[in-house]
Parts: sequence; C-alpha cells; structure tokens
Amino acid sequence: MSVPHNIDAVDRALIVATQQGLPLVARPYHAIAEQLELDPEEVIARMRRLLELGVIRRIGVVPNHYAIGYRANGMSVWDVPDEVIDELGERVGQLEFVSHCYRRPRRLPHWRYNMFAMVHGKTRDEVEEKVAQIAELLGEHVRDYQILYSTRILKKTGLRISGG
Amino acid sequence: MDAIDRAIINSLQGDLPVCERPYLEAAQRIGIGEDELLARLSSLLERKVLTRIGPLYQIERMGGAFTLAALSAPADTYEQVAEKVNALPEVAHNYAREHALNMWFVVATETPEQIEQVIARIERETGCEVFNFPKSREYFVELKLKVAP
Repeated sequence: MSVPHNIDAVDRALIVATQQGLPLVARPYHAIAEQLELDPEEVIARMRRLLELGVIRRIGVVPNHYAIGYRANGMSVWDVPDEVIDELGERVGQLEFVSHCYRRPRRLPHWRYNMFAMVHGKTRDEVEEKVAQIAELLGEHVRDYQILYSTRILKKTGLRISGG
Repeated sequence: MDAIDRAIINSLQGDLPVCERPYLEAAQRIGIGEDELLARLSSLLERKVLTRIGPLYQIERMGGAFTLAALSAPADTYEQVAEKVNALPEVAHNYAREHALNMWFVVATETPEQIEQVIARIERETGCEVFNFPKSREYFVELKLKVAP
C-alpha cells in the first residue's frame, strides 16, 4: 500500500493504532508511544499536526444516535436546480439541526435528488418539522424532496485502514 | 444516564485536547475527577451509548476516498445482502432506510480507484445494482448531538 504524500509511515502507524479509539488511561498518547516504540512528545506533536492538516477532523466521543434518544434519523434529499444548489447548500448547512449537507450527483431516471441534508430528532414529527424549515428556506427552488428514515444501524465502525 | 454522563457527551464530541493528560483536562472542564471520567467513559462504551472515543479521521486528506452508495435489496434476502456488504472492511457505516433503495452505506478506501473496485465487488457478491453517490460538494459536516435530560 502506498503512503499518501502528506503523511508518512509513522503517521500511518499512529492512525492504525488510534482509529478504533484512544486508550482509556491517564496518559493515552504515552501508551500509544510505548506500543509503537516512539517518543511520547513525538506522538503528541504528530497528532497535533494531523489535526492541523485536517487528516483528523476532531477528537472526542462518538455517541450512538439511538442510545442518546435520537430515534428519528432522516436523510432529507432534495431536487433543486443545479444553478443555485451551491448557494442553497451553504445556507441549509448553516441550520443548527443539519448535521451533514452535501451535493451529490443525480442518477436519472431512478434518482433525481442532488442535495442531501441529514436531520436528527427524537421523533419523526420533530424531523418533519425541521425538514419543513429546510423546505421553507429553499422556497420556490424545491422541485421535489423526500425523507429517508433509517430503521436500523447495520454497521457502524468508522474508518479502518489496514496496518500494511 | 445521569447529568454527568450527559455533560460528558455534550462537551466531549470534538474537544478532547491533544496533550499528556487529555482526560484530566476534560474532567476539569466538566468538574469531575480524571478517574471518574475514565470510569464513566468506559461504562458508556460498554453500554454502547458511545460507539468510540478517539480521533475521527478524514480519509480524503490522506489521499483516500469516501463515498455514499445505496442498493435495493429484496426483502427476503435483505439480511444476507447486509452481511455481504458489512463483511467488507471498506464499508464503514451501513443503514437500513425506508425507500426502494433500502440499504445505504459509506465506503472508505485508501485510494480513489478502490471505490469502484469495492462497488463492483458488492454488485458481484450481492447481485444488486449499486448506486454510487460520491459527494460533489460538502457544505457542512458537524455531527454533534446534544443529549437533553
């Protein structure tokens, strides 16, 4: 496996060692350093650099939506004109209840939607109320939309890169 | 879950510092001891309230690729299809959704070329056509869910 230009083999070893989680010990980076036979200061400096580069988006706890009460998880999908989608997407992304907002390609004739916005709520009514706010913001530009509710998590592991 | 568990989840979704004792700093912010934070984190993981504690990697920034893809699995073979899709290590998340396209999954690979290979393999192994929805633009990503009492 080739190593991408902005990370080296040591970064890669750090990623492999931490992608499933940080050790739950007082000095987690020292534990990783020991495991990889590195200097703890180097581990900390490299993790900070990976954060700065955006290779690490953030470090923290990842809750299970369902377990913390978000039982209604709706992927709202929208058909809006390509000419205005970027401006609209930025505005939809600013709504505090939208966790992800992306432009994605249409797959005609099966799939006409080009904007995806994830909305989480305790109930479907709550999600629908939030989706109505998106519809209002999009106004006359909405040609069609749907909410695809998740009914089950089939898998949730996060990233897995191999140690090779 | 009590008020302290909720405070942990609400305050630690993206702010665990990179330093010698990150849990100590985080515990001080919440107003509890380091040992208590560690014990609670371990319990939250065990109870599956948390799926993970650690860095969220953005594979595209290291030369890799992500995509969202979907397929329409027949009701009577849904579980078998899910099993085949989930068996691939490149499949990071997979959700059942209410739609004709009833299975939606995220594929993460170390090079952009591998996305197509993984999709082709899923099509071959499941017999289902896979619709690939790579992102063309990302407007916002910040999954922080608040836990209310």
